[in-house]
Amino acid sequence: MKFFRNLTIGQYVHKDSPIHKLDPRIKILTSLLMMILIFLTESWWSFLIIGFFFTVNIWLSKVQIKYVLRGLKPILVLIILTLFIHLFTTPGEVIFQIGVIRMTWEGLSRGMFIAVRLFLLILTTSWLTLTTSPIALTDGIERLLSFFKIIGFPAHEIAMMMTIALRFIPTLMEETEKIIKAQMSRGADFESGNILKRMKNMIPIIIPLFINAFHRADELAIAMEARCYRGGEGRTHYRALSFKYLDKVFFMIISFTIALIIIINVV
Amino acid sequence: MIKFDHVTHIYTGDREHEIVSLSDINLEIHDGDFIACIGANASGKSTFAKHINGLLVPSEGNVIVDDYNTRDKKSIWEIRKKIGIVFQNPDNQLVATTIEDDVAFGLENIGIEEAEMKRRVAWALDLVGMAELKDSEPHLLSGGQKQRVVIAGALAMHTTYLVLDEPTSMLDPRGRKEVLEIVKKLNKEEDITIIYITHFMSEAAEFKKIIVLDKGRIALQGTPKDIFGRIDLLKELHLETPQITKFARLLSENGLNIPPDILTGEEMIKELCLYI
Repeated sequence: MKFFRNLTIGQYVHKDSPIHKLDPRIKILTSLLMMILIFLTESWWSFLIIGFFFTVNIWLSKVQIKYVLRGLKPILVLIILTLFIHLFTTPGEVIFQIGVIRMTWEGLSRGMFIAVRLFLLILTTSWLTLTTSPIALTDGIERLLSFFKIIGFPAHEIAMMMTIALRFIPTLMEETEKIIKAQMSRGADFESGNILKRMKNMIPIIIPLFINAFHRADELAIAMEARCYRGGEGRTHYRALSFKYLDKVFFMIISFTIALIIIINVV
Repeated sequence: MIKFDHVTHIYTGDREHEIVSLSDINLEIHDGDFIACIGANASGKSTFAKHINGLLVPSEGNVIVDDYNTRDKKSIWEIRKKIGIVFQNPDNQLVATTIEDDVAFGLENIGIEEAEMKRRVAWALDLVGMAELKDSEPHLLSGGQKQRVVIAGALAMHTTYLVLDEPTSMLDPRGRKEVLEIVKKLNKEEDITIIYITHFMSEAAEFKKIIVLDKGRIALQGTPKDIFGRIDLLKELHLETPQITKFARLLSENGLNIPPDILTGEEMIKELCLYI
């Protein structure tokens, strides 16, 4: 039995496209700003513009639409639920009424609006994670957060932790699988009993896993020290980030889009 | 040159249990040396390795690397630049998420510029024959390939000494061979001094010089032929002789005219061919 055969971290889809080549910093900032706008706006026009913006973006990125839809799947229930709650609880002009349950036009429009808002939020994060590799994402976050280094924010340390986590997830997964098999071969049962019992049965997996992980951390720390690691100071970057022509063009487009949305909302 | 001058190391876990893991080691390792270090479990092999680049500092005595003392906190990074170290478990040495990023890790730490870094990473990966896999993720590689990446990481730093602490004990026979081949090549072509700790006697037999550690002391040192010729002493130190040497000895004891200190298969074949 193989538990983690198809393991991929995140949902990054590798393609050779202008969107993939963009500087991760600009992509992270774009996502952040867009998410704030999506939260704040009360106008359908802004949604239309944002929706159009990401549709074009995803089309340019050559990522198949099925990956985008796959990202939406887990959130679908939430979207539908929100829609229905708004549909039936908002007071206003009644469409139809059965007993105490009644549906209103205001509820319909409000529900739709919130559903689209959730949909766009997911689309924004999907766009970022589908087109940016975990390494680029970590690099981008480190570089963005380094602005806060002045107030003592540990930007480098956080990025290093993320890198090591990314590096060791597959290794620890493999190890978990080995431990599960070893415990099963000695008669451990992970599949029967109620939830409480099953949770209790996980202990023989978790304890060896943790002990091994601590052991690994120890060895890794020694290896890093032996390779002259001494924190973020004086460190250079193998993947230097610099704004290229493409980034500048994208920057103009995104500035224009955001300005447009703000104007629509203010006027 | 690396010089061990009366080096003693005592682990002080709790007060009652002081473990002497190295005691009064005197040793000179010259540039270009090709040395294997063997010894039974708990003979101090790993402690010895960790003293070379200052991961451990001697309790008494000094370790001098090219005029730098490992005690001196200011020169410790200079020493670590000179000395690459490869440990047993390849998984616990790879830091980054892709091969090339990992090779660059040490270079990033010592502040090498981007263009130079790219050059050195490409050069080091090429040297260990991993250039094609530079974009792959560490967990997808075999053990031997992972160790080669770790070696490349050390080479990229332009190290002059490479210390390998049982680099092959977690590898399959093929991985073992890969690592040993690379180490030989580095010594021969790049003139890198090798200190190779192992518990495989057949591996040790391929080095120019062997140091035998026992209970923290240097019990023997010499060429493989000297060392493996002394079977009785090795037995006392809980060490084996390579299988082929045992075989040669048995043949010679049973009346065949074969030297009892044969170390490799090729030598044995040559000798046996004389009989046909």
